[in-house]
Amino acid sequence: MKRELWKGNEAIAEAAVRAGVEAYFGYPITPQSELLEYMSRRLPELGRAFVQAESEPAVINMVYGAACTGARVMTSSSSPGISLMQEGLSYIAGTEVPMVLVNVMRGGPGLGNIAPSQGDYSQITKGGGHGDYFPIVLAPASIQETVDLMPVAFDLAHKYRSICCILIDGSIGQMMEPVKMPDMMPVERKVYDWAVSGAIGRERHVLSSIYLDVPTEEKINLRILGRWKEVQENEIRYREYYLEDAETAIIGFGTAGRIALSAVRAARAMGIKVGLFRPISVNPFPYKRVEELSERVKSLLVVEMNAGQMLRDVQTAVRQRIPIRFYGRLGGVMPFPDEFVNELQDLLKNPGKPEDDPVDLWYRRMMAR
Amino acid sequence: MQTEIFIAGFGGQGVMFAGQMFSYAAMDIGKEVTWIPSYGPEMRGGTANCTIVIADEEIGSPLVLNPPAVIVMNLPSLDKYESAVKPGGVLVVNASMIDREVKRTDITWVSLPCNEIAEEVGDRRMANVVAAGALLALMPILTLEDIEAALKAHMPKRHQHLLPKNVEALKRGAEYAKEHAIKAK
Repeated sequence: MKRELWKGNEAIAEAAVRAGVEAYFGYPITPQSELLEYMSRRLPELGRAFVQAESEPAVINMVYGAACTGARVMTSSSSPGISLMQEGLSYIAGTEVPMVLVNVMRGGPGLGNIAPSQGDYSQITKGGGHGDYFPIVLAPASIQETVDLMPVAFDLAHKYRSICCILIDGSIGQMMEPVKMPDMMPVERKVYDWAVSGAIGRERHVLSSIYLDVPTEEKINLRILGRWKEVQENEIRYREYYLEDAETAIIGFGTAGRIALSAVRAARAMGIKVGLFRPISVNPFPYKRVEELSERVKSLLVVEMNAGQMLRDVQTAVRQRIPIRFYGRLGGVMPFPDEFVNELQDLLKNPGKPEDDPVDLWYRRMMAR
Repeated sequence: MQTEIFIAGFGGQGVMFAGQMFSYAAMDIGKEVTWIPSYGPEMRGGTANCTIVIADEEIGSPLVLNPPAVIVMNLPSLDKYESAVKPGGVLVVNASMIDREVKRTDITWVSLPCNEIAEEVGDRRMANVVAAGALLALMPILTLEDIEAALKAHMPKRHQHLLPKNVEALKRGAEYAKEHAIKAK
């Protein structure tokens, strides 16, 4: 297969097209707009649906309607836009219809800026809308990995009647890398026993997130939870680097994870036996694998472009077995690998105690700079 | 093996294009490559820079603190990034827009009038290509032939007639750099 140089946002759009997306709804926002722009050109030429809505709440409700037909539907946005969609996402989850959501995260909170950030991890993995629901969240670290996950995202969304989110940051959206694009898949409309796809000759299907009968609502909640348990069982994804002989390890997802790869190589060149664990499915989080890792290494360094959001999941897995150090950059600042190497050297000199609060110690170091 | 190139200037000076030219050439000879831009919200006139990482294996960070190969197209970029060049590295300075010398002595550098050379070749807008040629003469990350092949393979049809002039601009930049470069002490 030929390698072509693609800009992240455009590569994601083309990968979604090749994965058979039938309808895209969106509203422009930097650093994601090229995705919408690409779709506005590409989908009409294929006879598929593209709509630029008047706002993000309109977008997500258009997605909601289209998703009820069982078609492959998606939207994309960046942090403030995703916040505006939260009500609709909860309705989609409550109605148990599949969709793919791409969040190209930027610096926040609030209007923030257009620089890369990982500040929306907790929002999407712990549920930003109301009620008990569990989006599947995949956090790739390169353009190729994102492209390869697009068909997976649609498959997972449909298999589990769930929201599947591709969580990346502005740097992946804006950068260019060589990509091997998958072949074009035919648009396939499967027959679902839940979709509203024309009721001639059969009982009508009713899709809604309203269950005024309380015991029924509890049953639906348990059904959603049951599906989530299957997801937890079957859909864990991660990548490991240099962990075979590692005495300590860095854990980071997405861009922070790939920056950590450079740090690990630099530290290895200094003789430090360090490896990298990079979660790709951040919901479900690979708790079991991190737990096993914490039984093999002496300490962990968690790196993020936020104030320690994934750190909470690592702590849940590690249960104070070994010391954890945290290092984060905020508000759109992208860390350099050198910063992680410094943290690593410091961690080896002074690992601290397993019961230390990593966020508190990191905050003190940041304020003392 | 990994090498990084950093290019900075005003928006409109072809900073992003020069970076993409390196990226296409690196990809076409089978390397891993990342190109990452950084600019303000404005389309033209603001500061713009990009980092290109070229490697034989999976690339980690798309940004580096101390790139070994740097092109600065205007004075604010020289002021800001002179100190960032990796010791022993290469700095290419666009003398058409920068009227001061480089202070560092631990790097190899050349100051060349990119705009005027580009004008002589036929189009002022090729100042970026002149600078790229100068960089590759001082640090052969890619050959001029790699760049030529990439331009040929990836330039849109409507721009293909500009290929010979771009190749000449590359060569003129490289020749100037070979003659005038100040070697690292």
